[in-house]
Amino acid sequence: MNRLELTGLTARPSQVWGGIRLVPLVRGTPVEGLRLHREVYAGSEGGVVEVGPRTHYTAYIPHGFVADWSGEGAGTAAYGTQLAAGGGAGSTPPSTLRLPRHRHHRMAKRQPGDRLRFLPLHLALEGYLSLHFGGPSTAWEEWSRQALRDGLSPRAEDAYLGWSVRGLGDALRVFEIHPGQCGVMVYAADALAAAFVVPHPEDYRLLHASLVQDLYGELVHQYAMYGAPVAAFGARIADGPGLDTLAGLRAAAREQEREWSEAHDTLFARELLDTSYSFDRVYRMGSFTLWRFLPPFLRNGAGQHIGETVTDHKGRVAYLKTFRLSEAQIRRGHLLRALDAADWQLARAAVALGATEEELVRRIRAAGFGTLLRARGGGPR
Amino acid sequence: MAGRAESGGGACERAVTVTGPAAGLRCDFRDLPVKQIFRCSRPHSPAGFRLRVPSRGHHGGCIMTTETLADLVAAEDVLLFVNAAVTATGQREFHSGAYQQRLSLDFLHEYVRVNYRRVYAASLALDINDHNAARIVRGLLECAGEATAEEKRTEGLLIAARLAKLPPQRVYRLFRELRAARVNNRRTRAIMRDWVAARPDPAHDAVKYRAGLKNAARHAHLPLREHDHDRGSSCELGDFLFRPGRLPRYRNQLLDAWRRAHYEQGAVGELPFTVAEGFAARHGMKREAFLERMVPRMTRLERLRTQGQRATADARELPAGVDLTVMPLTRLALYVLSFRPELRGRHREELTSALRAAARRAAGPHAGSWGRVAAVLDDSYSSSGSGEKRRRPLAVALACTFLLEELAAPGAYTPLWTTGATDPLLVVPRGPTPLGSRVLDALEYGPDRLVIVSDGWDNAPAGLAGEVLRVWRTRIDPDRRTSVVHVNPVYDAAGFEVRRLAPSVPTAGIRDAEDLPALVEIAQFSEGRTGPAALHAYLDRQVARFVTAGQEGDPL
Repeated sequence: MNRLELTGLTARPSQVWGGIRLVPLVRGTPVEGLRLHREVYAGSEGGVVEVGPRTHYTAYIPHGFVADWSGEGAGTAAYGTQLAAGGGAGSTPPSTLRLPRHRHHRMAKRQPGDRLRFLPLHLALEGYLSLHFGGPSTAWEEWSRQALRDGLSPRAEDAYLGWSVRGLGDALRVFEIHPGQCGVMVYAADALAAAFVVPHPEDYRLLHASLVQDLYGELVHQYAMYGAPVAAFGARIADGPGLDTLAGLRAAAREQEREWSEAHDTLFARELLDTSYSFDRVYRMGSFTLWRFLPPFLRNGAGQHIGETVTDHKGRVAYLKTFRLSEAQIRRGHLLRALDAADWQLARAAVALGATEEELVRRIRAAGFGTLLRARGGGPR
Repeated sequence: MAGRAESGGGACERAVTVTGPAAGLRCDFRDLPVKQIFRCSRPHSPAGFRLRVPSRGHHGGCIMTTETLADLVAAEDVLLFVNAAVTATGQREFHSGAYQQRLSLDFLHEYVRVNYRRVYAASLALDINDHNAARIVRGLLECAGEATAEEKRTEGLLIAARLAKLPPQRVYRLFRELRAARVNNRRTRAIMRDWVAARPDPAHDAVKYRAGLKNAARHAHLPLREHDHDRGSSCELGDFLFRPGRLPRYRNQLLDAWRRAHYEQGAVGELPFTVAEGFAARHGMKREAFLERMVPRMTRLERLRTQGQRATADARELPAGVDLTVMPLTRLALYVLSFRPELRGRHREELTSALRAAARRAAGPHAGSWGRVAAVLDDSYSSSGSGEKRRRPLAVALACTFLLEELAAPGAYTPLWTTGATDPLLVVPRGPTPLGSRVLDALEYGPDRLVIVSDGWDNAPAGLAGEVLRVWRTRIDPDRRTSVVHVNPVYDAAGFEVRRLAPSVPTAGIRDAEDLPALVEIAQFSEGRTGPAALHAYLDRQVARFVTAGQEGDPL
């Protein structure tokens, strides 16, 4: 598996608000056997995730997602943790209970019953942050002692909360959810900012508002801040033969809807759908698999997305959430990839990148990895 | 400093200068970007973007007879203003906030008042909403110097007639605004005096609108005693308002009840509800019991407003004691929509018959005269309105569908909701607005009239309705066998008007569904087939009707 398959999802006409364009994705039939709902963590002191022995990951976590593949939640949408009596389906509405949870054990954690809790987008970010975390595998002389001992230092990436992406809150507020809608593509200044897909329309209705609490990259923030309002792609029926009857007019109107859907997949979402990703399996649950994926970090100017997804046994996407990397983030990923491919040998990596060794050293320093290199000849570190 | 002042002046001169007679204008909009937005928002304008030169004709106030380009633009501006004055209330809407709405409305009022003063005043005779009526009155009185003597006479009549129609709290608020703006000319004082003199019960006003009446009396030097014909009670009102505590007791029952209510719970029940509410809170009376006791003294709207708080309220039943048969159509529709769909379904017969009866009353002489009618009604998510105007667009659509059923020939009415709902009583604002395909569905029936009730946002895909209507008009039905009209309950702050679907389709702002027949009449002017002369004649007719009706005291 190296590509995202959005089969079964159709793009419907976009809705525009200022510089934000939201493209609804509609499923004909919801994905069977998987439901997703939000678990709200009360208490704002921040969440602590135990990543490993004596290693903690501390963050402010507004909510987690709970994937339920037991099939019990097929009839109703769930909100919060549910305690249901053992009666037949639809007998009594299950009572809702929310428990404040301050300590999360692991990023993706199996919960009692056939449930999995994971923190939205943190999987994806974790995948990106720990890219070649181990540092040089071979002790070439250029690498500093610290790099060999500790690898890359724990790194930080900036991201913006959805609230601070200009216009996103309003765009989501005035957005009119389609019947059967299971996902949305968010564009800022017509650059794909995020894709969000859930298995069931009722899940989407619940999770629609959670998009403003998501992370967005700095590029998206800048585009939304400085971009001009984007044009709504209004329908245009060209004058032509066959428009003299109502049936002809209806056909032309249908054509407009179809054209938009095609244009979206081939034009707007191309960078997301045509890229081949490296997938990393995080968890298996029944016939569903939770993955995180990383882009190839190509420096061809196209947008690159990291993300996480749940696929069924046929590889179709049941859940998807992506995060668009900025240019600088792609550059860093690209550099690390190249170094790893060259077995951390600077000379080989420089050849592979088509640059001289001095230039490569400069690039490594510019990317913020200066501590990896040993100071040579008293030059600036 | 001098240099800076000069450079400031230079900036002003760089703006486009208006050639032609700008004298007599207190302000003209030389700010090109604003005007450009203003023009471009109406791309169908026959004149396109042009610099407006106020012609001597309507500055003098006579009716145009020759149709120049400027007249067409003027006629368009009039319709634009009327549409705004019907729909905009300066409150939050689904797509824009209250501040934007007010800012946009401020501009429009100033623009029309300066350029078309006669029309501005004449709008008072139309079915515009109370918010804009009060604003127009204020605008006319604040800038009295711009009007000629004859104009002032007409304005005076219009203002008096309109104030008589406005709810008293709005008029008192208007008086307060006039005082804050330091408007205190002879005409203003006369208008205030006449309006206060016409109030049926001065003592009731003194208790209920205490601050308002006090403010009006102080500002216009009103002699309060002359309204009281009771023997000896002439000075009481003045003492009540301006020297409270001077008289040990008042002969007037209501005034005395207000005095006693300060320390006696029994007197609270004798006061008007809103006044009693404050005293009840002060005495720590139980809210539910208090409301039950006050029911006979509440107005109809107060009864509606408090029904959920009363002890007898049951969430599973319709509130008792609400007379559905007397409510006006749109208000009834709003009331019906305030219930959950299950409840509406359970009381289907009762609610439907009430809506039908209200619609029959609203249709009046027009009933059954519209032939085959199809309607496209917007129940998309955006019809939920805003926190300040909850479900207003949806209620207008619901009221329209019942009204249109009465207006159409028997059995010749086809409603089409955008979500595909078939039961009007259970509509819920939800989903996108595929207006284009719904318009196509409606045209399939081959109606004589197609009425579209929508806020003008068409998003699945955007603009398809406009395209469908354009092709329909140009290719399939150029002889206009089907007349199409779009009524829009939402003011679009950015466009300075209600949003349009297509240039070829007349659009009218709507606030209450009851006005639909009158609005369709106005809307035909915007189609461009009837000229500005007819529009001005229509306005004059309306003014004459309004003023005479107001003078004779007829209910309008």
